[in-house]
Amino acid sequence: MASVILSARGLTRHFGGLRAVDGVDFDLQTGDIHALIGPNGAGKTTFVGLLSGRIPAQSGTIALAGEDITRLPAHARVKKGIAYTFQITSVYPRLSVFDNVALAVQQTATRDLASDVAAALSRVNLADRATQTAGTLSYGHQRLLELGMGLALRPRVLILDEPTQGLASGEIANFKQLVRSLAPETTVLLIEHNMDVVMDLATRITVLAAGRHLATGTPSEIRANPAVQDAYLGGHDASA
Amino acid sequence: MRIWTLHLFTLAVLAVLLATLPPYHATNLARILVLAVFAIGYNLAFGYTGLLSLGHALFFAAGVYGAALPITYLGLPQLPALVAGLLAGGLVAGVTGLLALRTAGVSFMIVTLMFAQAGYLTLLYFGPVTGGDEGLVLPDAAALLPGLSADVARATIAYALFSAALLSSLALVQSRLGRTLVAIRENEDRSRMLGYNTFAVKLTALVLSGLFSGAAGAAYALLFGYAGASFATIQYSILPMLWVLMGGAGTVLGPLVGTAAMFYLVDIAGSYTTATLLFVGVALVLLILFAPKGILGTIRERWLTWLP
Repeated sequence: MASVILSARGLTRHFGGLRAVDGVDFDLQTGDIHALIGPNGAGKTTFVGLLSGRIPAQSGTIALAGEDITRLPAHARVKKGIAYTFQITSVYPRLSVFDNVALAVQQTATRDLASDVAAALSRVNLADRATQTAGTLSYGHQRLLELGMGLALRPRVLILDEPTQGLASGEIANFKQLVRSLAPETTVLLIEHNMDVVMDLATRITVLAAGRHLATGTPSEIRANPAVQDAYLGGHDASA
Repeated sequence: MRIWTLHLFTLAVLAVLLATLPPYHATNLARILVLAVFAIGYNLAFGYTGLLSLGHALFFAAGVYGAALPITYLGLPQLPALVAGLLAGGLVAGVTGLLALRTAGVSFMIVTLMFAQAGYLTLLYFGPVTGGDEGLVLPDAAALLPGLSADVARATIAYALFSAALLSSLALVQSRLGRTLVAIRENEDRSRMLGYNTFAVKLTALVLSGLFSGAAGAAYALLFGYAGASFATIQYSILPMLWVLMGGAGTVLGPLVGTAAMFYLVDIAGSYTTATLLFVGVALVLLILFAPKGILGTIRERWLTWLP
C-alpha cells in the first residue's frame, strides 16, 4: 500500500449559494498520476485551488505528508512542495524564457543558476529558446514553459489544471510522454477533459460532480462505475 | 561587462563635469544628482516592482527631518545625521508599507497619498519643533567636510551619494531579488504560485525605495542648509514620478536622465516665463504620445536591448 502524500477531509467552499466544493474527502497516493474529472461546473478547479492555497477553505482539512497545511498561504505551500500550473496559461510574457524559468529555479537551493535553468529548459525541449521573449512563443510552447517552471521547483506534488487544452495532437503525445516520465518521483494531479489522455496516463481517477466526491478508482473501475456513467460519461445512453 | 562599463563611464563623465563646470552649473548638477537619488529610489518601487506610490514625499521628508532634527536639537554631527536620515526614510517606508501594501492599484495610490498628507500636516502641527512652513536653517554644507569650501564639499558629497546609489541599484536589479521585483510587477499571481511571499517582496522593495529616498532627503537638507515642511507636500511625490517617467521607468540610468532633463527644462523655460509648469506639461504630453516608455525606455526598446 503506497503512502498518501496529499489528503483532504471534508473540504468545503461555497460561493454565495453555490456549493462549489462540498465536503470532499480525497487521498493522493505517492507516485501516482491521478486524474480529476467531472462535468463542467463540478468544482474541479475550485478543488485544486483549495489544495494549492489559491482559495481559502471554509471548512475541512488538508494535509501534506501528514502535516496539516489547511491554514498555510499559497506561497508557503509551494515552498513545501506543491506546484500548480494555471488553467489559463500564466507565464511572464514580457520576460525572457530564461528569466521565466530562473524565477522558479532560484526558489530552490541552486548553486549554478544558469546551468540549472538550462537543464530545466531542456527537460521541456525549450533549451534553444532561452533568450526569446516568452510572450512571442507559440501557445503550445508557452504551456510547456509553464510546465517547465512547475518542474523547476522540484515539487513533490505537481497540480496541472487542464494542461492539454488547446494543444495540437502531436503536442499532446509529447506532453503525455513528459508527464509519464515524471512519475514516480513526482506525484501528479491533473484536471483533464480529454478522455484519451486521462485513460492513457492516469493510474487513478477521481470523479467530482456538483461539488461532491462521486467515485475514485482505477481507469477500468471508473469506466465500469454506473454512477459515473450516469453523471458524466453520457448517462443512460452510454450504458445501453 | 558592457553594462558596468557604461555605468562607470557615466560616473566618470559626471566627475569631470563637476570638476570643470562653473560654480553655478556645478551647484545645479549637485542638486540634480541628489534629486536623482530620490528618483532612483522611486524607480525601484514604481519602475521595477510596479508599486505606483503617491506618498514618496513622506519618505523624502523623513530623510530631511531624520537628519535635520538631530542636528538642531541633539547637536549630532553632519555625517551621522546623513545616516540617520537614510534610516528614517527606510523606517517610515516600512511602517507605511505594512499598512498600505494591504491594498493595490488605485487604492494603493490613494492610501500612500493620504499617508504623505498626514505626514505633512503632522510637520505643520509640530511647527514649533519642525519649523513648519518656515523650516529650520541648517549649518552650511562646508560643515560636512571640514577644510573644503562649501561648493567643493557639496559636489563631493552629492557625487559620492549618487555613485553609491547608482551602483547599488544596478547591482540590485541584476540580482535575484531584482528579477523577483520585476516578476511581481509582471504577474503577481504567477509569482505567488512560484512560492514568493509577494507581500514580503513588495515591502522589501518599498523599504529599499524609502532608504534611497531618505538618503536623498537628508543630503538635500544638509547640502543646501534647509529643512522645511514643504518637502512633504504632494509636489515631492509627483516630481520623482515625472522624472522616472521621463527618463524611463525600469531603467537604471533613467532616473538621472529624467531628473536632469526636467531640471533643465524648467530652468530654461524659467528664463522666458514664470509659467514653467506649462512647459513641463507639454513635455509630458509629448512624451506620452511619442515615447511612453520614457527616454531610455524607448532607446532600450529600439536599439540597446541589453540596457538594464
